[in-house]
Amino acid sequence: MSDEKRPAVGHAGSGAKTGAIDSVEELQEVAERELAKQAEAKKRVFVCMGTACQSCKSDKLLAALSAEVKARGLDGDYQVTAGGCQGNCAEAPLVTVQPEGEMYHFVSPDDASAVVDSLAGGASLERLQCDSQSPFFTGQKRVVTELRGLLNPEKIEDYIAVGGYAALFETLGKLTPEEVIEQIMKSGLRGRGGAGYPVGLKWDMVAQAEGAQKYVICNADEGDPGAFMNRSVLEDYPYRVIEGMTIAAYAVGASQGYVYVRAEYPLAVKRVQNAIRMAQRNGLLGNDICDTSFSFNLEVRLGAGAFVCGEETALIASIEGKRGQPRPRPPFPAASGLWGCPTLINNVETYTNIVPIMRNGAAWFSAIGTEKSKGTKTFALSGRVKHTGLVEVPLGTPLREIIFNIGGGVPEGHEFKAVQTGGPAGGTIPAAHLDMNVDYESLVKVGSFMGSGGIIVMDDTSCMVDIAKFFMEFCMSESCGKCIPCRVGTAQMHQLLDQITKGEATLDTLATLEDLCDVVANTSLCGLGQGAPNPVLSTLRFFRDEYMAHIVDKTCPAGVCTIGNHETGR
Amino acid sequence: MRRHGFTPSALIETLHTAQEAFGYLDDPTLSYVARSLRIPLSEAYGVATFYSLFRMKPEGEHTCVVCMGTACYIKGAQKLLAAVKETTGCQPGETTSDKKVSVLTARCLGACGIAPAAIFDGQVAGNVAPAEVKARIEEWTGDER
Repeated sequence: MSDEKRPAVGHAGSGAKTGAIDSVEELQEVAERELAKQAEAKKRVFVCMGTACQSCKSDKLLAALSAEVKARGLDGDYQVTAGGCQGNCAEAPLVTVQPEGEMYHFVSPDDASAVVDSLAGGASLERLQCDSQSPFFTGQKRVVTELRGLLNPEKIEDYIAVGGYAALFETLGKLTPEEVIEQIMKSGLRGRGGAGYPVGLKWDMVAQAEGAQKYVICNADEGDPGAFMNRSVLEDYPYRVIEGMTIAAYAVGASQGYVYVRAEYPLAVKRVQNAIRMAQRNGLLGNDICDTSFSFNLEVRLGAGAFVCGEETALIASIEGKRGQPRPRPPFPAASGLWGCPTLINNVETYTNIVPIMRNGAAWFSAIGTEKSKGTKTFALSGRVKHTGLVEVPLGTPLREIIFNIGGGVPEGHEFKAVQTGGPAGGTIPAAHLDMNVDYESLVKVGSFMGSGGIIVMDDTSCMVDIAKFFMEFCMSESCGKCIPCRVGTAQMHQLLDQITKGEATLDTLATLEDLCDVVANTSLCGLGQGAPNPVLSTLRFFRDEYMAHIVDKTCPAGVCTIGNHETGR
Repeated sequence: MRRHGFTPSALIETLHTAQEAFGYLDDPTLSYVARSLRIPLSEAYGVATFYSLFRMKPEGEHTCVVCMGTACYIKGAQKLLAAVKETTGCQPGETTSDKKVSVLTARCLGACGIAPAAIFDGQVAGNVAPAEVKARIEEWTGDER
């Protein structure tokens, strides 16, 4: 390692920042202080403050629990604090007690005194007890969500106490940017936003690109309906995302970064903004980070409800304050991105993986997963499945395992029909392929793709033609209108699907639809248009009989579409 | 605007702030923003109409947003929406004539674990049943005077 490539240590003015954490020793001091404070309490009680739990009044529960503990004079023994998502959002709101790891579900504010009773050794609360050894928990492997919600997402000290920011100090102190990129390349990490581009290669392209000013962007415009992993990760581990971005900025030579969050996630926005402020206050963002000459500033940019802004060039346009319309690539953002400068764009989950890789090494990471798909992936499991929520498994885990073991299968009395992955540009996978492994390549083989990681389970109450129409309606309204195949094609396809669901179609309609799919997929400008026909193509591939039932027999097997009536059943 | 340094790139942030303050974006607001950021009015208008989160009409006193994401759709969001339409007599995007309730739909709230979801006046509610929606809206419309 050549010393001149590393940032100079002891840069001018290093002592001037008040309250800044400048050295590993100071970081350890903060961690120890926090750990000592936590050790004072006999038990720590975490109340999930994620979006799902908050909607089930977990904020009131937190207040009630704190008040109850205080009223009994037990606030020294039991620390009641806000926590992160445990994953099983269907059972919200959730309370976790450390160090035992006991979990309570469906806890209402009225249960506060009963919970405190059981904390103090009283009767155990069987009716609220949640089995933390169920397959939903034991079937998972947590890397991105390794802290499992057991830290207060608003407090930087909590994050530092569990080893946060050690990776950043290690990186800035010991590695050159080239060595960081080499680590990431060796780890085999691939982009978690959908396409699965090797992250190391992308970083290298930006690092190699000419330009004095470079940018790092975090894509948190999680627009896929049915996907909420990024929301959850941002809400629970904002510091980790920021630390990952800071390491990325160091590796590619950027000094300014943006987190582009959709405005539909107000809690995530609030948490990230708070985390940025706290990191700045502690000298972990801003000028001369970790007492080196490396500087990195971070800002939040809000989306405004446009699905297409998840596409990287559209996202860049949106940060520039323009309409979020994609432009042809190349040039790729790595060469010419934000304001024409080389720009690195990665997804939230990608940045979250950086810290564990830097801490545990590339070899550790690449031992997880399959040959071509390394590491773990978070999935948002939802739809007609018992345990909906956020799960994380190694890539290559069989689909059946995720849905039936972890997810608990479809509700009683219904039959599994299909599972949809990859959002509006993804595909539906029928029961026949349930034993496939979930990795980038296998999903493409069955006509779907990884996407950001939504897994939506459907049973016999869903009509596949209706689902295809639903996604087409989505793509039609979210098309930015810049290129004609997408703008006009999606509208036409939607109309054809509408005819089919109304029983007004003939076999010619189907032929036209298939033709159009081909045209739109091949001639559209960006991923939205190119992927728009996918739901139609994949339902046609596996559920052609349902289309035929609508067209020939004029019936809807699932009983969703009202045929022969101009008002559809939805 | 000052916070974002009067640069044209601050347009979206500024529109967010303006909408927060006034509830919606009307013509005078848009021309003021455009003039201050030194961009053509057409561009400001283009951006404001491109993003679905910006409103060009005032909202009702209460808002009810029904999530129409995939998970909610599969779990019966269309029935929720039908209940909302029936109770208010409004299509999504409309406001009742007495300006009490606005009906909106959302792409995905990211609350798929508790689908179907809806937002009543900024409060997310999960596992919502059509009857519950009806009750909530009638509560709003009932308490007039």
